[in-house]
Amino acid sequence: MKGMTVIVKTIASWVKILIFVFGIYIILFGHLTPGGGFAGGVILASSYVLLMLAFGRGFVEENLPSAVASKLDCLGAFLFAMIATLGLAFGGSFFINFVYQKFLPGEPLHLISAGTIPLSNIAIGLKVGASLFLVIFSLSVFCKDFRCKEI
Amino acid sequence: MSIFYILLIFMIIAAIIAVETQNLLSSVICIGAIGFGASLMFLFLRAPDIAITQIVVEVLGLIILIRATISRDLTFISGDREFFGTVVSVVIIAVIFLAGLKILQTKSLEEIQEIRQTHPHVVALPDFGTPVYSFTQGAASKEYVERGLKETGAANLVASIILDFRAYDTLGEATVLFTSIIGATVILRLKSKKRLEELDV
Repeated sequence: MKGMTVIVKTIASWVKILIFVFGIYIILFGHLTPGGGFAGGVILASSYVLLMLAFGRGFVEENLPSAVASKLDCLGAFLFAMIATLGLAFGGSFFINFVYQKFLPGEPLHLISAGTIPLSNIAIGLKVGASLFLVIFSLSVFCKDFRCKEI
Repeated sequence: MSIFYILLIFMIIAAIIAVETQNLLSSVICIGAIGFGASLMFLFLRAPDIAITQIVVEVLGLIILIRATISRDLTFISGDREFFGTVVSVVIIAVIFLAGLKILQTKSLEEIQEIRQTHPHVVALPDFGTPVYSFTQGAASKEYVERGLKETGAANLVASIILDFRAYDTLGEATVLFTSIIGATVILRLKSKKRLEELDV
């Protein structure tokens, strides 16, 4: 499968970067506006799903190989656990908001505020986006395999 | 409050159509209608975080389901007593639904306060969507609302709850997602790799 028609390919190549930037915005401003790591991660994954639907599986595999995606997934999970463990090291309690309480209080309603909450949002967004991309990628591989067996 | 009942009836009708229809694609579209109805409901309940997550996950799930169903269609098994079975199940569901409506009869806040004054031991459920915890003594959510901005500095209260007060829940959710994704990728990829090796040979 080499993807869809020229119209779909052109529109997808224009829209993909908007969707990606919107996902990054949702993740970064998760502590100020509705949204957060999970919703932003799913939006990031959906931009790659759009590419996969429009250009076919091989194009996405060149852009973001599944090995890199699984590494990003593990990196996100590791970062989230590391933030929690650093709270134990610096603040004396697991998951304590040590950045806000000790190092960088910041002003409320500003981008740099709330300590570990935006950092956790970034970690969760990375994790959710990479893992959802991975599972859809694996499902598309499996689907092709399934058809091969039938023919 | 009537918008909730309209949405609820819409979602129930969509669910019945999704179960009963013969075409797999229209069944998937009805499931999407249920998801968007739930998202609208969250929006009317003033929970935009959940509404965004619900609508985004719904879109992604619909893409996967349509991609999976658009190329093949399943045939449904239909027996001789299909009509009888449908009528019996609809009657049973209607009886249970009406009984549930009668048992879980909700009252508005003024009625509940009147009942409390005269009969302090009678318990009544408030209407759907009533902010009960805003006046309950010692409710946890009240503490969050009062101390959330001061203790975490996050303007979005939902983020301060799920990533600071209740971060263990988020850790558990992330662990569940991580483990399930590992399982899915390992199982699905092993088969395809084997298949690709066979194709190469």
